[in-house]
Order: sequence, then C-alpha cells, then structure tokens
Amino acid sequence: MPDNELKLPLLDQLEEGPWPSFVKDLKEQAARRPQVGQLLEQLEQSYENRWDYWRGTAINVPGYGGGIIARYSDLGEKFPQVAQFHTIRVIESPGFVYSADALRQLCDISEEYGAGIMQLHGMTGDILLLGYDNEKMMDACEALMDNGWDLGGSGNGMRTIPCCIGPARCEMACYDTLMLTKYLTDKYIGYLHRPEFPYKFKFKLSGCGNDCANSVSRSDMPVIGTWRDDIQVDQEAVTRFVKEMGQEWVIGNVTSRCPTRCIHLNGDQIEIDNRNCVRCMHCINVMHLALAPGKDRGATLLIGGKRTVRSGDMVASVLVPFQKLDSDGAYRAFSGIVERIWDFWGEHGNEHERVGEFIDRVGLGTFLDGVGLEPDPQMVANPRSNPFIKFEEYAAPRLDGEPHKAANVLNREPDREEDYEGEQP
Amino acid sequence: MATEVERKTDIGPPSYEQFLHPIIKENYGKWKYHNNLGPGVLEHVGETGSIFTVRVSSPRLVSTNFLNMIMDLADKYSDGYFRFTSRNNIEFLLANKDNIEPLKQEVEANGLLVGGTNNAISNIVHTQGWVHCHSAATDASGLVKSVMDELAEYFTSEKLPAKLRVAVACCLNMCGAVHASDIAILGVHRTPPKIDNQTLPNLCEIPTTVASCPNNAIRPTSIEGKTTVKVDEDKCMYCGNCYTVCPAMPLADPLNDGVSIWVGGKICNARSEPMFTKLAIPYLPNNPPRWPEVTSAVKKIVEIYADNAKPYERVGEWINRIGWPRFFDMSGIEFTKYHLDDFRHAGTTYRRSLHNRY
Ligand code: HEM
Ligand code: HEM
Ligand code: SF4
Ligand code: SF4
Ligand code: SF4
Ligand code: SF4
Repeated sequence: MPDNELKLPLLDQLEEGPWPSFVKDLKEQAARRPQVGQLLEQLEQSYENRWDYWRGTAINVPGYGGGIIARYSDLGEKFPQVAQFHTIRVIESPGFVYSADALRQLCDISEEYGAGIMQLHGMTGDILLLGYDNEKMMDACEALMDNGWDLGGSGNGMRTIPCCIGPARCEMACYDTLMLTKYLTDKYIGYLHRPEFPYKFKFKLSGCGNDCANSVSRSDMPVIGTWRDDIQVDQEAVTRFVKEMGQEWVIGNVTSRCPTRCIHLNGDQIEIDNRNCVRCMHCINVMHLALAPGKDRGATLLIGGKRTVRSGDMVASVLVPFQKLDSDGAYRAFSGIVERIWDFWGEHGNEHERVGEFIDRVGLGTFLDGVGLEPDPQMVANPRSNPFIKFEEYAAPRLDGEPHKAANVLNREPDREEDYEGEQP
Repeated sequence: MATEVERKTDIGPPSYEQFLHPIIKENYGKWKYHNNLGPGVLEHVGETGSIFTVRVSSPRLVSTNFLNMIMDLADKYSDGYFRFTSRNNIEFLLANKDNIEPLKQEVEANGLLVGGTNNAISNIVHTQGWVHCHSAATDASGLVKSVMDELAEYFTSEKLPAKLRVAVACCLNMCGAVHASDIAILGVHRTPPKIDNQTLPNLCEIPTTVASCPNNAIRPTSIEGKTTVKVDEDKCMYCGNCYTVCPAMPLADPLNDGVSIWVGGKICNARSEPMFTKLAIPYLPNNPPRWPEVTSAVKKIVEIYADNAKPYERVGEWINRIGWPRFFDMSGIEFTKYHLDDFRHAGTTYRRSLHNRY
C-alpha cells in the first residue's frame, strides 16, 4: 500500500523531532507490507479514541508451553491484516551480541512469515518478532528452529534469561554472565518451554553491583557479581588521578561518598579498610583507571524481586551472600540451590504466587529450612524488631514428619481463597 | 498444524562465541580499563588491544529496513559485529579507531543519535502500549518518542550530575522497569472494570476471575439466572489483573485514563542501596500524539535535578539529601492526599522523626 493512502494525521506528528521515529520507519515498511499499514491505522484510531484494541490469549506450538504472545484485534473486520497479529518470543544471544549475518537470518524469517517488524529486545530479554497469524506462526517457528533459534519463555515457568555484557566488554565483571546465562538456559530449557511452576520465575544476571541488567528489581533470582578480598589498587594510577583532579575533588567525590567511609586519601595514595567496604562499586566506578574489584570473585544470589502486582513491590533480598561461579563444581552448587528452591516453592507455593510472595507468607526462616540454607546476618538489614517469636523447641511439630522444621504457615491458605470458600457456584 | 517431521526442539540460546568480535574473544574477561571518548563513544582496553564502542539510539520497535541499515553500517565499520544494551540502544563494536567518526556521521545522517553513555539520559526502556498490548492505559512508543524529543540534548551530552534512567510502562503491570528508574512514566486506569454481563458468563471462568483480584474486590453473583461477577468498587484499585484473565471486564476509559510520574528509583548499588521510585505526579491527562503535559513535567524535573544535584548524585539520592518537602517546593508539584500510601505496609512510608525542614 503506497504511503499516501495511509491517513494518519495524529501519528504523522511523531515523525518530527531529533529522536528516531518509529512512525517514519513503520510507514516505510507499510509501503511493502500492508499489515504494517493497518497496524498504524489501528494505532491512529487508538490515538484518536484513547482506546486499546488488542486482546490476548495463549497459543502454543506443539512441544512448547509458551513463547507466543497471541494478539487479536478488536477491529479485525476493519483491519483484517492485523486480525491476528501474534508475537514470537525468541531467545536472545547472551549479552545481546550479534553478527550482521545472524540478524539478517531473523530479518528474512520475519519478512517471509511475519510483518517484518520486531523489538530488540523485549523487557524479558527476548527478541520479539511481531505480526504472525495462526498459520504462519507455526511455519515461522519451524524456520526459526531450523536455523538454530529457539522460542523464549512465557507463562508459569522459567523465563528467558538476560544478562549484562560482563566479561565480553567490561572490566568490572566478577563472573562470566554470558556463560552462566547459556548454562542455565540450556540446563533448564525444559522448565522454560514447558511451564510447571506456581508462577513465572526470572533470573537476571549482572557482573557487578552496578547491575546493568537491572536484576535486583526485575527478577525472582538476581545473580550479581561481587568479591571477597581486597579492592585492587594501582597506587601509581591513583597518584596520576589525584594530580589530574586535585585532592579536594577526590575527597569530595570519591572518599566522602563512600557509604561506610572506609576509603581514605592519604596524600596522593588511597587507603581502604576493606573489612568495612560493602562492595558498592562507587570508588571503582569513578577511579576505574586505578581501582578494580578484588581477585576472589563470585556473586551474591538474591531472591524474590518482583513488581507491584498482587502483594506490592518487592526488591530481591540476599539469599547466598557469596557464591563462587568459576568452575563446574561451583555451577553445580549453584544449580543445586536453584533446584531446591524450585522443589520447595513448587510444592508449597500457591497458584500465581511469586517466590518473593511465598517467602513473605511463610517467612524467610521457613524458606531457608525448606531449601537447606543456614540463616546469616548478611541476609537482613537488621534482625526482627517484633517479639512474636515462635520458639520451635516449645511448639508442636509443624509439618508432618518434620518436627521443629518448617512452620505450618506453609499450609495457610491466602485470605482471598478462604473468603471465597463456600460461595463457589 | 500437524508436525510429523522430526523437529529439533529445546535448542536454547545461540552460542554467543560466534558473535564476538575477534578482539573481544581474545580479551574476554581480561579487560584492563576503559576510556570515555566523548558522548556515546567508549574504548575498552584489553591485553591485546582495544575495542571501540559507538552507542546509538533506537526506537526498539523497528522494521527490517531499519535493521538492514544497521547491519550495513556494521559490515562497513565494525566487521559486522554489534550488540544491544539492556536499555535497547545499539552498540557498534569497532576495531579501528579511525572508523568512529565516519560511522557517527553516517548514523546521524540516517536520523539516529550517538550518545547515552555516562552521565547522560540513556534510551527509555518501555513496553508495548497501544501498538501491541491488551491492557494499555496509554501508548508507549509515542510517549517515548515525545519525551525523548524533549530530552535529546541529554542523550547526546554527558552534562548531568550522574546517570539518569527513564522508563515507561503503559499499565500497572509495569512490564517496563518503572519501579526502579530515576524517572518513571506510568499509564494509569482510574476507574473500576465495566462488566459486560452478557458476554462474561461465556467468556470467563468465574473462579479464576474472582481469584485474579489482589484486593478481594470480585465476587460471584447471579444475574437473570446466569453466573457472573460483581466488583466492590470501594476495594478496587484499578490494577487490571481481572481484565487480563477475563476480557469481559475492560477498565479502559478514554476520559479518565492517564499518566503518572514517579521519581527517585535506583538499581545500582553505588553509594546508596537500590531504591523504588516514588510518586511525584498522580495524574496527567493522556494527550496523544505528543503528550505535552507529560513531556514538560519530565523536562522540568530533569532540569531542577541538573541544576541542583551534586556530582554522582542520582535523582533519588539528591531528593533524600534535600528532602521531599524541598523537592515538591522546587518542582512546584502539588503534594496531595494521593501521595500518602494506603496500600500494604503503607506505614513504612510515614516519617517518624522530628527532622522537619523549612
Ligand atoms: C496476560 C497478561 C500479560 C501479558 C500479555 C504481558 C506481556 C508482557 C510483555 C509483552 C512483556 C515484554 C514487554 C516489553 O518488552 O515491551 C512483559 C514483560 C513484563 N511483564 Fe507482563 N504481561 C502480562 C501480565 C503481567 C503481569 C500480571 C505482571 C505482573 C505480575 C507482568 C509483569 C511484567 C514484568 C515485570 C515485565 C518485565 C519483564 C522483565 O523485566 O523481565 N506482566 N509482559
Ligand atoms: C565505570 C563504571 C561502569 C561501567 C564500566 C559500566 C559499564 C556498562 C556497560 C558495559 C553497559 C552495557 C551493559 C549491557 O547493556 O549489558 C552499561 C549499561 C548500564 N549501566 Fe553501567 N557501567 C558503569 C557504571 C554504572 C553505574 C554506576 C550505574 C548505575 C548507577 C550503571 C547503570 C547502568 C545501566 C542502567 C545500564 C543500562 C544502560 C543502557 O542500556 O543504555 N552503570 N554499563
Ligand atoms: S553490571 Fe557490572 S560487569 Fe555488568 S556491564 Fe555493568 S558494570 Fe559491567
Ligand atoms: S566500593 Fe564502595 S564501600 Fe567499598 S571502598 Fe569503594 S566506595 Fe567504599
Ligand atoms: S505494562 Fe501493561 S499494557 Fe504495557 S505491555 Fe505490560 S501488560 Fe501490557
Ligand atoms: S481492577 Fe484489579 S482491583 Fe479492580 S477488580 Fe480488577 S483485579 Fe480487582
């Protein structure tokens, strides 16, 4: 459909301005692909009426329990080309690294079967290929798999794992984020493709406390790089830095901004009280020519991050303060923890209960018992301040056959279901 | 579709090694330090050489046309290697320093911007909006375009006190990373679902619909002998969960849907701990195609932050230092009843000290 047939008075106004315009790009695409034209026409109508015309359901590819976001247009009669306009989630290359040839393959598949538009990347980490109808979608999935691309996750399973660029281009990386992403996805690909958890489970991997993969707030299990020994200091580089920036600047912007005041400037040398350093990364970020994370590197494993829906916001909290991730044995130890979490939450979690909400309900103590980890003061901001302690020594056995172990709060139903009991038709 | 043909499934992610530039492969995990070569350009120095990064804006939703342009540039200047950042920028990975300038020129000639590094506003992470989601209260792509047009100068420069991250999500599901960005733009519904009692009994499973509500606002009921649901409007806080499982209860309301603005979230651990965003403006009208109320509100916040924060102070750290009363005072934003939390754990947001400020 030639460009001039599209009447988009509102969207046209988004062609101007310095930021790249998706409207301009999609209009050009519409000249070759009529469905993109109708997508724009429907969007124009949304802009006019401030109304959303999409509906979603689930569609599955044989052998897979997720990976497709189905979209049907409410305006299917008016815009038949977008009546079915599904998205295929494709697992990204770890670190989002590509070669032109690889991406050309995806472009070809997208042109052949879909609308020739995509999102790089979805917030879940996946490549989102847009604009497939029921039939072409299956063909597109075949073509993707023939070329070595796999479908991503959706539904109540493990989700596609994104990571920061890590050791591929960052000197801060404390473990290999790309390799661990590949390892976890390959190892647990069944949990990704055939969802069987109480709810979704997301890993996100960042190589250091800067958390460029935004893991702490957006994943159920953030894995964030850190170190245990001393910050590496190149005093000659410190001297050069102090000479360039001036003592006052270094004191004002580096040492006095340290959250635990454990770093000092002594003339033109840096002194660090490493036992009080909380590995926040600030001094290293600012003086990256002179300072570097220590050599005994690994990651902190956190648990339970999620967004508002259901029980309010949660940022993940510390589960394993330090986990080595530099050998097969370390990977196995890590997987062991992951599997125990899935077992315990899988058995006792309610339907649609994220692992963070589950921990909130049963308590971190019960959760640690369930997954076989010991309490550690690194796990809390502070110990409890309320005195309602259930001393297990004096309590009745709480879980069948497991006296003095996990508390029976596990079997407590959420309020809403109790309320609902009896009224069920 | 029948699939008798043997198909390879459970393939997993592609092996990334094949997509690593040879210089990156050689220096994988052995980077020594990096240099900032101006907005959008980085040099990472490894043991055997340097890789140069040129970071470029992207609308995220792109056509194969657009990608062909990117891939041709990659072939021409970066041996075909490039990547995307976690905030949807494109990064060309160059071996040859001399290619930086010509690449920048061609990128700009194609209508894209170079920038987003260090103390800049990076690309806005965002969601689907009216382009492709069912429960959007506003659009995402158009809102991002409108806001970034206003803020482009902060993408192409590094003149802010620290990094500034902006996010957009188009409904309370917040698929965007809005709860932990410096400035977050969030589409809001403000009215309870409107139940279509004609279609609901056929379209929706009653127990799932009832259970979908985090606030116990939904109850089964019977109308003319058919089982449907009713909503306790006092309990409903317009989250849209029910609509996701039951399309016969749309929340959208063209007159009342709109946009809210949140500030002060932070993910990285540098200096202070990660923080959530907090409510700055509860409601602004939904005004496509350019959302002038939203863009000017965001710009104002960026400007007072730029003028007042200390170096390396993120928006949330700056506000914690000057205090919320001062923030509302400086920004001219009205502090209302809606700023007082009344959901779970609301009390944790009330102040218990006598640390008043005047
Ligand atoms: C059927 C309903 C839903 C659909 C179709 C849906 C769809 C999506 C899509 C398409 C994305 C990627 C967004 C993008 O990249 O533009 C996404 C991400 C996300 N969704 Fe949903 N969503 C749904 C329900 C929910 C619910 C109920 C929640 C909250 C519990 C939620 C939380 C999120 C979050 C936090 C992300 C960001 C993912 C990440 O950072 O890993 N979504 N969703
Ligand atoms: C000198 C120190 C730093 C270095 C070397 C560094 C390096 C990087 C790299 C390589 C990326 C791209 C990552 C990816 O897309 O996977 C990135 C992105 C990012 N970094 Fe950092 N970073 C540093 C400091 C920080 C700090 C201090 C923060 C937060 C306070 C931060 C927050 C982010 C965020 C949010 C992104 C995503 C940006 C985007 O996609 O455009 N970084 N950083
Ligand atoms: S999280 Fe750390 S290691 Fe990963 S890219 Fe960011 S600064 Fe580098
Ligand atoms: S990493 Fe953070 S806590 Fe440790 S010395 Fe540097 S500024 Fe202080
Ligand atoms: S934030 Fe809401 S409307 Fe936007 S993509 Fe996510 S679920 Fe859809
Ligand atoms: S919008 Fe949310 S709170 Fe309101 S009835 Fe639906 S699920 Fe319940």
